Amino acid sequence: MIEWSPLILTFKLACITTLILLIIAIPLAHWLAFSRVRLKPLITTLVSMPLVLPPTVLGFYLLIAFNPSGTFGGWLDNYLGIRLAFSFEGLVVASVIYSLPFMVHPIQAGFVNLPNSFKEAAYVLGKSRVTTLFRVLLPNMKSSLLTGIVLAFAHTIGEFGVVLMIGGNIPGKTKVASVAVYDAVEALEYGSANTYSLILFSITFTILLIVYLINGKDITGLTR
Amino acid sequence: MIELSLQKKLLFDTVEAALELVLDIDHGSITTLYGKSGAGKTSLLKMIAGLMTPEKGNITINGKIWYDSTKGINLPPQKREVGFVFQDYALFPNMTVKENLLFAQDKTGDSKRIRQLIDIIELGDLQHRRPGLLSGGQQQRVALARALVRKPQVLMLDEPLSALDYDMRQKLQQYIIQVHREYDLTTLLISHDISEILKMSDKMLIIDNGKQIAYGDSKEIFTRKNISAKFQFSGEVMSIEKQDFLYIVTILIGRDLVKVAVEGSDLENISVGDQVLVASKAFNPIIRKIR
Repeated sequence: MIEWSPLILTFKLACITTLILLIIAIPLAHWLAFSRVRLKPLITTLVSMPLVLPPTVLGFYLLIAFNPSGTFGGWLDNYLGIRLAFSFEGLVVASVIYSLPFMVHPIQAGFVNLPNSFKEAAYVLGKSRVTTLFRVLLPNMKSSLLTGIVLAFAHTIGEFGVVLMIGGNIPGKTKVASVAVYDAVEALEYGSANTYSLILFSITFTILLIVYLINGKDITGLTR
Repeated sequence: MIELSLQKKLLFDTVEAALELVLDIDHGSITTLYGKSGAGKTSLLKMIAGLMTPEKGNITINGKIWYDSTKGINLPPQKREVGFVFQDYALFPNMTVKENLLFAQDKTGDSKRIRQLIDIIELGDLQHRRPGLLSGGQQQRVALARALVRKPQVLMLDEPLSALDYDMRQKLQQYIIQVHREYDLTTLLISHDISEILKMSDKMLIIDNGKQIAYGDSKEIFTRKNISAKFQFSGEVMSIEKQDFLYIVTILIGRDLVKVAVEGSDLENISVGDQVLVASKAFNPIIRKIR
């Protein structure tokens, strides 16, 4: 029999990460889609870095930053009482950074693809930017939001390198399912490695399939 | 009364030039903006609506300053009382027809206005449908109604009828004229259709590369010189054929093809595709009942 805690931990991590990302990504993607600031290419690059950077590199630098005897880690520990190295909170922070482009890019594309006149029409009708965002723009890009949510969720389930670097392998705390697979293989427990893998495979496959089925039908058609 | 004086650098066909317009528009008039695409027509409407900021100048509507570069006044579009019908209608697909209208309403707005608009523009049967399921003409009507919910002082329409077929156009022209009168609006519209301009507008402004070419009575501008015609129609030249001494010019007026025999000297400067005026001075036209 396998232990369930790594799987539970994985989904808890993915849910929290996705929620935080959604809150961060909407304003960020909106800014990236419409801003004309000269600094924009730099920000775009930073947001996209996790796509190409080896997860171990990201994990390594985060580990250095979170080190409680270092400057930033020490400040966090002393003033806020937060320890991010080898803790679940640290995993959340690392996952948010690591999955950022997977949430931001689809939402950014969603904003860009909306006709500019939607925004202009709402403004002329006396609506503020916030009202326009929540009542006009976001409801008309549901498929982009769904894509962002699902990709960020699935990507968080699938992360390994960052988690291992920043969280280690503490059962019930930072030992997520992908690490558990690695652990089981190292201990030559192919049976439980297979069970974890199969569960992860079926869940991620199902999630992605559902998204493609829904987006293929055009999500606005479903809400009619 | 709209008084405006505007200056802004814009891109005209990849060339940067300045839009410079000084204009007084009478309260209660319908004015058509006419000109090539990229001449600055939409930019002018957007500057009045507050969706584009000029570099210099001022906009005063019925004595109220909406924009003044010297005084640093620039009301946001939310505070300007304009109704804007976009070229692509910009109806929100996530809302039904009625919800689109309700969205436009202020918190203090009365629901009578929306019911009245639904009546005038005959949207009753469509009000619970979503815009994606409507025809072009129906979407156009919804956009027109939505633009009027907030009781605007100025109604602006960016090529409202260009995508519609002839019958639908005729009907919508009527709707526009009707609401224009009903709500005492000052209306600005962009159109390329000469018969539409002659039918609908009191005045027209021709602009090219951001500069005023002509501004005044639409009929006078199109005919250039005043023809004291007994009757006149505008249409498009479809073909010119030579027959003996005369030329037979086929002209599309509305939906009808009309053949006119003219002498070669009258055909100077006229070629296929031109918009022309067909008028008669010497003879009385005959009228016969057809229905």
